[in-house]
Amino acid sequence: MSAGDLITSGPSREPARHSLTTRIVIYGLLVVFALVYIVPLVVMVNTSLKPLDEVTGGNMFALPQHLTLQPWIRAWGEARIGVSETAGIAGYFANSIKMVVPAVLISTVLGALNGYVLTKWRFPGHALVFGLMLFACFIPFQSVIIPMAVILGMLGHIGNELKDATGWSFGFGNSTVNLVIVHVVYGLGFTTLFFRNYYEAFPTELVKAAMMDGASFFQIFRRVLLPNSTPIIIVTVIYQFTNIWNDFLFGSTFAAGDNAPMTVALNNLVNTSTGITEYNVNMAAAIIAAGPTLFVYIVGGRYFVRGLMAGAVKG
Amino acid sequence: MATLEIKALRKRFGALEILKGIDITLEKGGFLVLVGPSGCGKSTLLNTIAGLESISSGEIRIGGRVVNDLHPSKRDIAMVFQSYALYPNMSVGENIAFGMEMRGVAKPERDKAVAAVAKTLQIEHLLQRRPGQLSGGQRQRVAMGRALVRQPSVFLFDEPLSNLDAKLRVDMRIEIKRLHQTTGTTIVYVTHDQIEAMTLATKIAVLKDGEVQQVGTPSEIYNMPDNLFVADFMGSPAMNLLEGRVARANGEATIVLERSDHPAIVAPIPASANAETLVDGAKVIFGIRPEAVNDMESIDRNAKTVVKFEAKVEIVEPAGSDTFVVTRAAGKELTARMRADADLKVGQNHTFAFNLDKAVLFDPATTQRI
Repeated sequence: MSAGDLITSGPSREPARHSLTTRIVIYGLLVVFALVYIVPLVVMVNTSLKPLDEVTGGNMFALPQHLTLQPWIRAWGEARIGVSETAGIAGYFANSIKMVVPAVLISTVLGALNGYVLTKWRFPGHALVFGLMLFACFIPFQSVIIPMAVILGMLGHIGNELKDATGWSFGFGNSTVNLVIVHVVYGLGFTTLFFRNYYEAFPTELVKAAMMDGASFFQIFRRVLLPNSTPIIIVTVIYQFTNIWNDFLFGSTFAAGDNAPMTVALNNLVNTSTGITEYNVNMAAAIIAAGPTLFVYIVGGRYFVRGLMAGAVKG
Repeated sequence: MATLEIKALRKRFGALEILKGIDITLEKGGFLVLVGPSGCGKSTLLNTIAGLESISSGEIRIGGRVVNDLHPSKRDIAMVFQSYALYPNMSVGENIAFGMEMRGVAKPERDKAVAAVAKTLQIEHLLQRRPGQLSGGQRQRVAMGRALVRQPSVFLFDEPLSNLDAKLRVDMRIEIKRLHQTTGTTIVYVTHDQIEAMTLATKIAVLKDGEVQQVGTPSEIYNMPDNLFVADFMGSPAMNLLEGRVARANGEATIVLERSDHPAIVAPIPASANAETLVDGAKVIFGIRPEAVNDMESIDRNAKTVVKFEAKVEIVEPAGSDTFVVTRAAGKELTARMRADADLKVGQNHTFAFNLDKAVLFDPATTQRI
């Protein structure tokens, strides 16, 4: 940096001077809101580490007298979920992973391809296509359930016929596959929007240069666009991961019993009407259910903000 | 045989015609500069040569082969973009080798070619770096390296110096000229800067509104502009274009430039113009470059026809190497380019002279040179 830069940018770097009262109000509010957000988590973690008699008999803020991991072990592998024979949420956790990973990957890759075509390989009517895709973002979940059920029913028929013919359904009619399809279709509007806005600001000359260098459609995508898309890929993955992992409506509608995802299982565990309510086990299960999204946010959070900003400002 | 031939090329976007029948040829080893104001179609023309934009009608031949419908990578061309368009995720070496990699050239061969080009451009020490770590001039060199390594028949440059600061631009201009002289490559170069056009080109094509105004050597374009647009566009400060009238007496035609505060300047018809066609009283535009207007001491000694006149000095602009003096004739400003130590005072009358060997006449109705 030159001396000139230092002089001109010096004054603006000075933090704004606030009076003492302003600062007390600002920090006071920040503390209040931080507490609002942290208290439920503290209570959950605290409760999940207590034996049941301490939970039912004591104050929910009281620290555990006898620290125990038993509720976690029960939640993971022993608790009865609704009327299911399977014990614990482990199997449902796996269902969710099997659903989320392919759904996120497929919708992200398709969104990136859509964004690439809509910005760098424009065709007549591209604005209309993008408008319709954008429209998909505003369709409420509830309104697509019945049409979606009809389509999934058709796929189920295809699966049955394939099974009769070849002995294997090729995944048609499998409820995890169904959920992947539903989430890919529903997420495509959002992933396309993210990537289109990001690629809109991506220099077209790079694509032209790659064309002159003889790179094909997919080579340009893979070698030039994707390596320079890290921020928006992270944004899209986080967004899709949280949405799909946390989805309850599609999960409870299209996947029943042992095939249900984590969120549905958690509901069945907590809303059970038999026996005593094991609050500590419920809390442990809820934390396990929230774990992956927390993890994704902590790992990718700073890219999330950066990517959102990049998309917002440039796009 | 010409390396690049463009015949009756037209480009339409819907009802809008961007290029209206372009005819240009360029010999092997030539340096063609496409110059014109923004929106004249010069970049579109370059893009059609590159194959990045399709053409509506006409023909483009590169090395004798019609390339109208060929993919950009198959046209035997390389392009240097305005923004350099270096792949930010690849090192300099990978950037230069990318095209060869796409064409399936083996790694050892690629490395050899990259090393040779890096040596020519003196960027060997940069090969491992990313484009983001380079300065503007270095990026420019890498972009040229990426084009050079392909050894194409034609190089295309799209305003490659417009992103650089003034000093670096001059350095890189010299670099490009040296590159052209040492490698003997054929280059098509787009710019809106008429100094770049004059200094680099072996052939200039001046474009306006999708039409070629004139194609010629820099000297032809500068000294013998075909029309008023070319005369005005090329050269800085611009050519003086004064309204005059033809007077015929005893078979001798002269040009009369009326002035309000001084007697009219009467000059013989410049040698460049065809005197026979001029009728008495016809209006003409008298064009003369600022360097052909001077005082009697400094006017070109070899000039065959010189016309002397008195004029009042209105503005004196010392520019270091020259002094620009603005006076008035035929109702318009008349700029003279004089030596740096010319001692003129504003408001004084001074004797000026036209070097008529360098003057040209235009028809105000058709704007064409007479």
